[in-house]
Amino acid sequence: MTDTTDNGNRMTGAEIVLRALKDNGVEHLFGYPGGAVLPIYDEIFQQDDIQHILVRHEQGAGHAAEGYARSTGKVGVMLVTSGPGATNAVTPLQDALMDSIPLVCLTGQVPTTLIGSDAFQEADTVGITRPCTKHNWLVKDVNQLAGVIHEAFRIAQTGRPGPVVVDIPKDVQFATGTYVPPSEAQASKSYTPKIEGDLKAIEAAVELMATARRPILYTGGGVINAGPEASKLLRELVELTDFPITSTLMGLGAYPASGKNWLGMLGMHGSYEANMAMHDCDVMVCVGARFDDRITGRLNAFSPNSRKVHIDIDPSSINKNVRVDIPIIGDVGHVLDDMVRLWRALPKKPEKAQTSEWHASIETWRARKSFSYKNSNDVIMPQYALERLAEATKGRDTYITTEVGQHQMWAAQFFGFEEPNHWMTSGGLGTMGYGLPAALGVQVAHPEALVIDIAGDASIQMCIQEMSCAIQHNLPVKIFILNNQYMGMVRQWQQLLHGNRLSNSYTEAMPDFVKLAEAYGAVGIYCDDPRELDDKIAEMIAVDKPVIFDCRVANLANCFPMIPSGKAHNEMLLPDEASDEAVATAIDAKGRQLV
Amino acid sequence: MNAHQQPTGSAYFISPETAKVESHTLSVLVTNEPGVLARVIGLFSGRGYNIESLTVSETEHESHLSRITIVTNGTPTVLEQIKAQLERIVPVHRVVDLTVRAGQLGQERPIEREVALIKVAGTGESRAEVLRLADAFQAKVVDATVGHFIFEITGKSSKIDQFVAVVKPLGLIEVCRTGIAAMNRGAQGM
Repeated sequence: MTDTTDNGNRMTGAEIVLRALKDNGVEHLFGYPGGAVLPIYDEIFQQDDIQHILVRHEQGAGHAAEGYARSTGKVGVMLVTSGPGATNAVTPLQDALMDSIPLVCLTGQVPTTLIGSDAFQEADTVGITRPCTKHNWLVKDVNQLAGVIHEAFRIAQTGRPGPVVVDIPKDVQFATGTYVPPSEAQASKSYTPKIEGDLKAIEAAVELMATARRPILYTGGGVINAGPEASKLLRELVELTDFPITSTLMGLGAYPASGKNWLGMLGMHGSYEANMAMHDCDVMVCVGARFDDRITGRLNAFSPNSRKVHIDIDPSSINKNVRVDIPIIGDVGHVLDDMVRLWRALPKKPEKAQTSEWHASIETWRARKSFSYKNSNDVIMPQYALERLAEATKGRDTYITTEVGQHQMWAAQFFGFEEPNHWMTSGGLGTMGYGLPAALGVQVAHPEALVIDIAGDASIQMCIQEMSCAIQHNLPVKIFILNNQYMGMVRQWQQLLHGNRLSNSYTEAMPDFVKLAEAYGAVGIYCDDPRELDDKIAEMIAVDKPVIFDCRVANLANCFPMIPSGKAHNEMLLPDEASDEAVATAIDAKGRQLV
Repeated sequence: MNAHQQPTGSAYFISPETAKVESHTLSVLVTNEPGVLARVIGLFSGRGYNIESLTVSETEHESHLSRITIVTNGTPTVLEQIKAQLERIVPVHRVVDLTVRAGQLGQERPIEREVALIKVAGTGESRAEVLRLADAFQAKVVDATVGHFIFEITGKSSKIDQFVAVVKPLGLIEVCRTGIAAMNRGAQGM
């Protein structure tokens, strides 16, 4: 361009990208360079405001950005190149879509003149990512670039948060155009999420809650997404109403696990008391959760006698799986604020006696101690390992991420989360390989905190390359592998569903994790003795470097309790009932077709 | 165990659908931008909804708005979900279920019209017969030689179906249909 006026708003597309990121409050960027993003990387090189964290695979960049977003409440940002860079980003994009994580993914694209010519490293990125993003854009005009990026941030973090993709052809990165600051950017008129809940509906909900004899609060990731204030309001609501409360996997930490009304997680591997209470309740208040199939079990037997209130920011979540009586569309934080206020203003609060029988029933269920397991002096039980880990980290600012499988469920059952934003896991998509990169993202955001990826021996190998990233950026994450030498959850299902024929679920040729850690320049710790466990965990925590902790646990332990496929909440398989025979017949022929 | 409960068991939502499947016509107002039709169609294929008919064209040039008319089918719950999912798409401004709206207005259906071009070739008596039929159906001749006609016909889909059926044995060559354009009766807009 010949325009050389010193108008501060004229700049190249690549400069626009960096300026737009900065103006949207971005401090960290997870990415991997390549041909189609070189101009942007050149700009990154020439500035210090935004720190770039170089991952080793684009999937890692996405999960790291997710961990960063989930632990801070900010938008996670990733930058990848065209073609394979973009296709590798698909998994974390879908992961973020299903778990409602705000994520902005910038992808390079071949020059506009080459689009459609099957150019080197060309892929139809907007086509491929259309179903796995909240929205996406291909920017063909440099003058629209700034506006699109601002809009991308707005859409990613407002309403129900989610991932967005901005695909930027290389010639657009080189071209000179005008930068528009966020305040002057045009917002799309068709996108107007509803934040405030309908007051009439909230009043009706509070009235219903006041009449409940067997109430329950069922909360989810929406509470976390609504910010720390929403968690405070939730705690206040529990305090005021004395309702028992359970949560989905995604919502752990919104209400403290040490709280007296806490029932534990619900669902397929949830606690007996949580699931029984869900089944038998007369009023269910669902706060920012979506009646996922892992939660409901058999739908036609799901909480048959309750009237249901559903608070959700996404209207399409209402009546999707379960019909509810009082839908409230809005941000959980705003709705809870109204709810707390209206409850306080009730002319006549319900008597304690109204729910005393209910609380007594819950205590009976609780007494079943559904998370109990038989400990051993010779081998480390996975549950024991997590109990010890939780104990050792008490009083510290600890963030937990997980991979996917048995270890993930045990972590959810045994860790006990006290605060929101301290638990990062792949819930909806169930992405093995999520935990290590997510832990890196968390550690970037919280350099002083203790960040632990509770992993399985199979999952950890799916993104193990990010060890390099941990070393390069001095991110002292701790990888605590519950190593049972199996894909434990796959093995458990094969035992339950397929006559214990363990097809391809045994990990032969396991790497030596201690040597692997050392090869990357990290610290490796091995433990197979329950008596040494505490000392070794203390050693792990004390090291100011990334650690791989190879914790050898009982190989064939199963994750209980469990609602077998095709069963209802009150048909749980409890650990003390899970004899070999009960396990073998737990799932009938029809249930076997399900997942 | 209760035998009739067993087969419906599901971690996933696969219990047999007992509610009645209905055909509804939806009007979707969208920003006319690249990819918007793909988003709408992708939603239908991705979530397993059916499309019986789909029509799209820009309706308000100044404000870059297009109107998509979709005829789909499903149980009332599914239809409600389709509408909610469509509204979630960022460039979608409004979704109106015209069939539901017609019901609220005390009418059986919204006004639904389709245009078709129909080419028929032939000579002699069959040629005369085709013209007579076209006249009866109020189909207009828009192109003709001594060997063929192209008719333009407008009406309900069922009327076009019928016309196509009657000219079929008389030398039908090809048919092109626009899909359904629809709106509700009365003074109010969507």
